[in-house]
Amino acid sequence: MSAVQQNVQTVDWHSDAIKARRKSRYAAETRLKAYGLIAIVFALGFLTILIGSLTVKGYKAFEQTVVSVEIDLATSGFDRDKLMDANWKSLVKKALLEVGGAESLKKKEQKAYLDMFTDNAAYLVRDQVIADPARLSGKSSFVIPLSDPFDQLAKGEISRDTPEDQRRVNDRQIAAFDQLVAKGVVSKPFNWGLIFNADSRFPELAGLAGAISGSFWSIVVCFAISFPVGIAAAIYLEEFAPKNRWTDLIEININNLAAVPSVVFGLLGLAVFLGWFGLPRSAPLVGGLVLALMTLPTLIIVTRVSLKSVPSSIREAALGIGASKHEAIFHHILPLAMPTVMTGTIISLARALGETAPLLLIGMNAFMTSTAHGVFDASTALPTQIYIWSDSPERGFVSRTSAAILVLLAFLVLMNGIAIFLRQRFERRW
Amino acid sequence: MTLLRLTAAALIASAAFAGAAHARDQIKIVGSSTVFPYMQAAAEEYANKSGKPAPVVESTGTGGGFKVFCGGIGPDFPDISNASRAIKDSEIKLCADNGVVDITEAKIGFDGLTIAMDQAAGDMDLTKEQLYKALAAELPDGKGGFVANASKNWSDIDPKLPNTPITVFGPPPTSGTRDAFVELVMDAGCSKQPGMADLKKADEKKYKEVCSRMRQDGPFIEAGENDNLIVQRLEADKNAVGIFGYSFLYENSDKLKGAKIEGVEVSEESIADGSYPISRPLFFYVKNAHRDVIPGLKEFLTEATSEEALGDDGYMVERGLTPLSAELREATRKAVADAVKLSK
Repeated sequence: MSAVQQNVQTVDWHSDAIKARRKSRYAAETRLKAYGLIAIVFALGFLTILIGSLTVKGYKAFEQTVVSVEIDLATSGFDRDKLMDANWKSLVKKALLEVGGAESLKKKEQKAYLDMFTDNAAYLVRDQVIADPARLSGKSSFVIPLSDPFDQLAKGEISRDTPEDQRRVNDRQIAAFDQLVAKGVVSKPFNWGLIFNADSRFPELAGLAGAISGSFWSIVVCFAISFPVGIAAAIYLEEFAPKNRWTDLIEININNLAAVPSVVFGLLGLAVFLGWFGLPRSAPLVGGLVLALMTLPTLIIVTRVSLKSVPSSIREAALGIGASKHEAIFHHILPLAMPTVMTGTIISLARALGETAPLLLIGMNAFMTSTAHGVFDASTALPTQIYIWSDSPERGFVSRTSAAILVLLAFLVLMNGIAIFLRQRFERRW
Repeated sequence: MTLLRLTAAALIASAAFAGAAHARDQIKIVGSSTVFPYMQAAAEEYANKSGKPAPVVESTGTGGGFKVFCGGIGPDFPDISNASRAIKDSEIKLCADNGVVDITEAKIGFDGLTIAMDQAAGDMDLTKEQLYKALAAELPDGKGGFVANASKNWSDIDPKLPNTPITVFGPPPTSGTRDAFVELVMDAGCSKQPGMADLKKADEKKYKEVCSRMRQDGPFIEAGENDNLIVQRLEADKNAVGIFGYSFLYENSDKLKGAKIEGVEVSEESIADGSYPISRPLFFYVKNAHRDVIPGLKEFLTEATSEEALGDDGYMVERGLTPLSAELREATRKAVADAVKLSK
C-alpha cells in the first residue's frame, strides 16, 4: 500500500519531462487531424479542378448561335401530301440569301455566305413544317443554327486577330456575319438541341438524345436482370445455403468477380452474346446484359450484407410463431433490408451508367442520327458518346465533349442523391 | 413484390425476343476511323433526305472492320466496311471462307498523312529518309548488322534540321494511319539505306520487321487513337510534331501547320494531284449479297457515291477528304451501281 502511494507521489505531473510528453502526444493528435484535413482539401481541390475545367470548357456548348429567318411558305406552292420530296433546298437558300442581302453576289461568294448557316437548314425547315402543316399557309419565322466555325466566332473561340489564311472564316464572311448581328436576327438562346437532338456530324446540331435513350434502355435491361437475380442469389446464399466448401467457393468467386475490370466483361459479352447467341451489335440489350454481369457481384454482396444486418431476433420471432422460412424472409427480413438494397442498387446502376470500356467492345460507339426506341435499336450510351465526340476533328465538339461530361455527371449526382435520400428516409438502425 | 414479378416477366419477354431472328431495317457500316467522318456525312445526309432509319456507322479500324465484315452473310453482319488501305489477300480469303465472295470495291478519295506542328514553331522540310532515321527503332550499321537508334535531336540526323529534341506523337499499331505511315514513310526511307535491298531479297520477313519497328526509347510517343489529344500536346510543346490525317490539320489550321515532305507543302491540291508524297487512297467495300435484302442499301450507295458527296465541292470534301478526279469518281459510281465483283 505504502509502495503504491509512494509511487503515485513520485510522479510529478508538472515536471518538465511529463509536460514534454503531454505536448508531444497532443501534437501527434493535432498532426493526425491536420493529415485528415489535408487529405480532404486535396480531394476537394481535385474535384474542383475537374468540375471547374469542364465548366470553363463546356459552358459555351450550352448556348448556340442561331439566326431567325422569315420564310413565306404560302407562295412556295408545295403540295401538302408530298412535303418530303419538295424542293426545300432552294426555298431555304433563297430565304437565307435574303436575310443577309446576298442575292446579288456571285455564285462562289454566295456559297461562302451560305457556309455561315448549318448545312442541314433545309431539312430543319422541312421537318418543322411537316410537324406543323399550318405553317404552309403563311409567313413564319424559323430558327436556323449557324454553322460551327461561325458559332465559334460568335463565342470568341475563333479570334478575329488570327491572320485570315489561318482561320476557318475569311474576312468577307466575318463582315457578312457582323451585318447579320447588326440587323438583330442573330441570338444565342439556350442550346436545347444538346439534350433533345440525336447525334450529328455537325456540332451545331449534335445532341445527346441518342446517347441518353441508349443509356436509358441499357440501364433498364441491366436493372431488370441484375436486381431480381442479385436478390435471389443473395437470399439463397444468406438464408438457405448450407455452410460448406462449395458455398465458400461460390462466395470467394463472387467477391473476386466484383473486382474484375469491366473491359473483361465487355470481351465476354462480345464472345458470348454477339458470338454465340447472335444478338445484334450496338444494341442496348447487349449493353444492358454486359452491365448486368458487371453489377451482379456487387449487388449480391450489398444485398447479403443488408440481409445480415437485420437482427436475428426478428427472424427467430417470425419462425417462433410458426412462420415458414419463405414467410419470414418475404414478410419481415426483406422489407427491412430493402432500403439498403435499393441504395446499393442505385449506386451500382450509377456505376454502370458511367461505364465505357465494355460498351466500346460491343459496338455501342457507333454513329447514328436517330434515337433508340427499344432495346434492339442500335444506339450509343452517354460515356461512349463522350468518347466519340472527344475524337471528332470539328472544333465545336471540344466544348460539347465537356458539356456531355457535365450532363453525365448531373445524372450521376441525381442517382446518388436518390440513393442518399432513400437511405436517410427509410433506413432502420438497430 | 409485384416489382419482382414484373421484372421477371420483362426478363422472359426479352429473352423470347432475343431468340427470334430479327430482320434489320438499318444499314450497318464498320471499319476505318479515317473514313468514319466521311461515311458519317453520307449516312446523315441519306437519313435526312429519305427520312428512313439512319445507318449505323461504327469506327472499328480497318482491320477490325474486315474481321466483322467477313464474318458471314446475313442481318447479323455489316453491309459495308470502310478501309484506309486496299483489302488484303488474307482478308479476301477470310471473306471467301465465310461465304462472302461477292464484294464491290469503291475508292472514294485520298487522305494525306500530315506531319504537323504548332503555328509558332519553326518551319520544317523533311524527307522520308530523315523521318525514318528519326523514328526507326534500329538503323542498319552498314555492315549487315543493326544498331539502336541514338539520335536525340533533329540536327543529329541532318545538320540542316533544327537543333531541337525529336518528339513525335503518332498513332498506335492498331490504327490504319500507323499502317499507312509505316508503308509510305518507314518502308520508303528504309529501302534507301545501304544493304537493305539485299536484305529484302535474302530475308523479306526480317526486312519488314526492321523497317516497320518504331523506336520505343522516348522520341516517338504513341498517343492513342485520339487525334484531338495530339493537337493539344502540340500546342503545349512547340518542339513536338504529330502524325495524323489531313482532316485534323484542316480543322485546326489556326493552331497547327504542316511540315513540307520532300519539299512539297501539304494542301488539298498537292494531295489531289499526287505531288504530296505521303497520301493514301480511301475505300469502302460493299457486300453485294445484301443489296436486295437490306432496305435502303442501294439508295444509300447512290448517296455515298453521288457527286454531291464525292465531288469537288461535295460534303465529304468539306470534311477534309481529298477528292478523286472526275473520271475516277465516275468509275467508282459505275462500279458501285453495277455491283462489279472484286477480283484479285
